[in-house]
Amino acid sequence: MTRSFLARNPSVLWFLLILSAFTLVVTLLAEGFGLGLIPTAFVKVLGKTLCLCLVALAMDLIWGYTGILSLGHMAFFALGGYMLGMWLMYARTEEIVVQSLAGSPIPATPDEVAQGVATQIFGVVGASELPVVWSFAHSAWLQLPLVLIVPGLFALIFGWLAFRARVNGVYLSILTQAMTLALALYLFQNDSGLRGNNGLSGLQNLPGLGEVPQSTLSISFFLASAALLAAGYVTLAWITAGKFGSALRAIRDDEQRLRFLGYPVEGYKLFVFTLTAMIAAIAGALYYPQAGIINPAELAPIASIYLAVWVAIGGRGRLYGAVIGAAFVSLLSSWFTGGTAPSIPLGFYTIHWVDWWTVLLGLSFVLVTLFAPKGIGGLFDRFAHIGTPERHGADLGPDAGSLQEREAQE
Amino acid sequence: MSALLEVSGVSVTFDGFRAINNLSFAIGPQELRAVIGPNGAGKTTFMDIVTGKTRPDEGSVTFGETPRSLLKMSEAQIARAGIGRKFQRPTVFEDQTVSENLMLALKANRAPWRVLFWRETAADRTRVADLAGQVGLGSQLARKAGELSHGQKQWLEIAMLLAQEPRLLLVDEPAAGMSFIEREQTTALLVELAKTRAVVVVEHDMEFIRRLNCKVTVLHEGSVLAEGSLDHVTKNPAVIEVYLGR
Repeated sequence: MTRSFLARNPSVLWFLLILSAFTLVVTLLAEGFGLGLIPTAFVKVLGKTLCLCLVALAMDLIWGYTGILSLGHMAFFALGGYMLGMWLMYARTEEIVVQSLAGSPIPATPDEVAQGVATQIFGVVGASELPVVWSFAHSAWLQLPLVLIVPGLFALIFGWLAFRARVNGVYLSILTQAMTLALALYLFQNDSGLRGNNGLSGLQNLPGLGEVPQSTLSISFFLASAALLAAGYVTLAWITAGKFGSALRAIRDDEQRLRFLGYPVEGYKLFVFTLTAMIAAIAGALYYPQAGIINPAELAPIASIYLAVWVAIGGRGRLYGAVIGAAFVSLLSSWFTGGTAPSIPLGFYTIHWVDWWTVLLGLSFVLVTLFAPKGIGGLFDRFAHIGTPERHGADLGPDAGSLQEREAQE
Repeated sequence: MSALLEVSGVSVTFDGFRAINNLSFAIGPQELRAVIGPNGAGKTTFMDIVTGKTRPDEGSVTFGETPRSLLKMSEAQIARAGIGRKFQRPTVFEDQTVSENLMLALKANRAPWRVLFWRETAADRTRVADLAGQVGLGSQLARKAGELSHGQKQWLEIAMLLAQEPRLLLVDEPAAGMSFIEREQTTALLVELAKTRAVVVVEHDMEFIRRLNCKVTVLHEGSVLAEGSLDHVTKNPAVIEVYLGR
């Protein structure tokens, strides 16, 4: 019991080792840094995948450990992306505007620059005024904290309303789906102040770093994503290892019992909901500069459902399961939908994976749920011999879940 | 004698059905009390009201030396104030070890932030081992609670209640599904516990109540029908008619 944190959680050490090795190999092989065997586009895919792994960790904490099936966490992911994107887009546009005004005989006033930026960004939706929500976008110091504050506050208010009313189970899932859909529909409007369905674009260009090639930027983002994923993994492993983690699993298994032990269950749920929303927001803030563009379609309900599918396939209730699931399924998904997967000619019909990938994904989700409820992560248990007892034979006690005959003989 | 828990004039209606009808009940700080009554007499609803799960339509519920109303408090607040509840079915966290179950229940600050930074001390481990020993689970600390037998789960739950150090214990049918020897041990444990705190036992089994050898409250249709020693209430004609006569 007095062993160190790493000794009690061997998966943390393994995870960090594998992640470092992977990061090192990719960096050495990447176009921007080393041998140039991995093209920049694929470095970006890998960097984005690491961000998806981070949001999957958040999903695992709230679903796998706490038992709250939130189907709206990609909304927080996208909000984080929007918040960072606003600054990126403003600063980048400002550079361009300043450059173009530099040729004029009279030096441009700050007002003229601001007006130019507003016209540049909002001309596409037929406006020329900066909306109120962009008030902080001119300053990194003011805008960057919003990456955490806006999604965090949003989750806090939503969670407070939902958990206080004791909305549970499938009803909460539906509510979170409604939340992400409502937010997406709102952002689709041109007058929402975030450029409607155009979204924010050109996010891959960092202000002040216009000279730096994308191949270098992509590897920096890749390394930053890896560092944040590692930090997220260690933090969540620490949270779930102690009594707090024990309380979360207790909420998942029997929240009423925990309430009668004196725990303010709603407070715990709210804490976890807000914390995971903020982790998702950080992941999103790092994802969208690598993707280059964000638009309201990113908040579609299906995105959050995919997140749940990754965690389920990877194995919920274990952190490495979430990472494996997110990495495996999203990489496979980009392979199948990227048009590189060979089509299968059946003579009478040809299977094009672009069309059939979602069927394959849905099928594997059903199969995993039925036959391997612990997901891919469950395979590690086989190696580590952490078996749950085989539950066959009649119950010895009058209740379901008591020790059963075959176990008793062991 | 000042009462630890005082329930007075409480009524609850569910969709027009009067589950509790002008019920009054009081128990002292160190007292063992058995509550009996036929199905639907309101025993479980009574416990739900005291623990904050159900809000009464009228009446008052107060707890403690300087009586505090429980009606405005949440379940968790009531539990922290010192009321422990044992459910009829053993409810323990099956996916966690005996030791983790007890650590969760150990009296400590329950606020999320405090729990996050809580680290177990040697004193905590000793206390958990003591509690487990007290209910005969001393050698099972590392086992998952789900692997325990039915009786062992009941005891684990009782040990978890003790870990909370409650001043009032509400125990719903503790002997259900227990073997004869386990019942004997449970009786002895409850009698022992009532020396230092108030214990309310809801039970069907007359033999079990006889061995508890304490004051008995008979509920019927949501109110108190009779109160006194077991011999006294079993002689009451009204009790015989509604409960024992059948």
